[in-house]
Amino acid sequence: MDHASLAGGFTNPPHQSANAFRAVMQAMARPGTIHDLDGAVPPAPLSVAAGTVIMTLCDPETGVHLAGQYDVPEVRDWITFHTGAPLVNANAASFVVGTWDAIPIDILALGTPEYPDRSATVIVETPEIMTSGATLRGPGIKGTAALNLPEIKAFQRNALLFPLGLDFMFTSGAQIAALPRSTKVS
Amino acid sequence: MTDYNFAYLDEQTKRMIRRAILKGLAVPGYQVPFASREMPMPYGWGTGGVQVSAAVMTARDVFKVIDQGADDTTNAVSIRRFFERTAGVATTEATSAASVIQTRHRIPEEPLSEDQILVYQVPIPEPLRFLEPSEVETRKMHSLEDYGLMHVKLYEDISAHGAIATAYAYPVKVEGRYVMDPSPIPKFDNPKMEMSAIQLFGAGREQRIYALPPYTQVVSLDFDDYPFEASKADHACGLCGATESYLDELIVDDAGNRMFMCSDTDYCEGRRRAGHVGAQGVPLEQEGAA
Repeated sequence: MDHASLAGGFTNPPHQSANAFRAVMQAMARPGTIHDLDGAVPPAPLSVAAGTVIMTLCDPETGVHLAGQYDVPEVRDWITFHTGAPLVNANAASFVVGTWDAIPIDILALGTPEYPDRSATVIVETPEIMTSGATLRGPGIKGTAALNLPEIKAFQRNALLFPLGLDFMFTSGAQIAALPRSTKVS
Repeated sequence: MTDYNFAYLDEQTKRMIRRAILKGLAVPGYQVPFASREMPMPYGWGTGGVQVSAAVMTARDVFKVIDQGADDTTNAVSIRRFFERTAGVATTEATSAASVIQTRHRIPEEPLSEDQILVYQVPIPEPLRFLEPSEVETRKMHSLEDYGLMHVKLYEDISAHGAIATAYAYPVKVEGRYVMDPSPIPKFDNPKMEMSAIQLFGAGREQRIYALPPYTQVVSLDFDDYPFEASKADHACGLCGATESYLDELIVDDAGNRMFMCSDTDYCEGRRRAGHVGAQGVPLEQEGAA
């Protein structure tokens, strides 16, 4: 572990995590809306928004899986030092971080019929988030909303599993949008 | 104020509650278990709502608490003071000025906006609990979408009373999937639950959090021939004359005289300030002079 991983956490955790959570909650409650999210300064390739989500929600009780090029020592050390979250295999993870192509979507925890909340939250690092592209319908959306998704089929399959399923957050720079399992994509 | 962490709870507890809130929003109407903490107030005084409020609150928030619609009852005053002291947030009694509203058993009359969050205090989150005491069984019933028992209960209401007698905590179905307890709000408030604000529900003793994202479909259970009706006392408010608001019935003297008045004190006062006067009321500026 080098000294760089010791920097970049919250400087005022109670207030920064409160502000960050409000942005994350608004994103999850209103699919297809984009929210500013910053506070953490994570090592590359982790975006500010993804790092801030991890700082806000992860701790020793949540397994984190780093997919593909995100599984590098700098990121591992940073998450371990700042959150204490164990780094785990994808099938055991509460939180999964990576680019869409690298995330092993088919083996992630979907929850159980009696405890659908025991499912993974997937943080998808995205080059850009835009409110155009796929059409979204469902709870949190007045009429329809739009969001640029990496593909459509995977999210349609995910919505069919409801109340089981994965919940997605899309992060880019210091911005976040979300797509819970309740959203129908077309 | 610096004696406490911001908003009383420690950061790890808030993270745990925040994760539960996000899963609750992703599966509307499903009760997410959470590790409820002991709070410096007894169960039944809104410990679930207080923990949810503490987890969503930021320093910039303006906080309002209502108890049965009133801002000035003991429960509301003490929770408001709790967060003034432990979070340093501004508080208000005006519905429109609040960004986070914690409520016990009412939804404000004034429609809420997209910028607001409504936090409910919930005593018994499980709508099936009085029909089936076992948590193992009710959890299975939710997973199988087996809600026949609830319809039997409503049917028995009709056969015994000629109408569905449930007047508060009237069960709803969320997005055609989960049957949910709306907390003991009067059924008059049920139609308001399809709103633009985020609604979060916290049950401290029962250790459950659930949520409704904005614009979520919330349908009160009923039958084709006995449709749901959002009823209220058939009177106007004695103080402000409102005919569209939910009313409390109060005995006002030793002779047993009664008066109906708005349960939402902020709504009533707003109307009186605007010059509305009810049959038994006096204009606001003359109050106390009499």
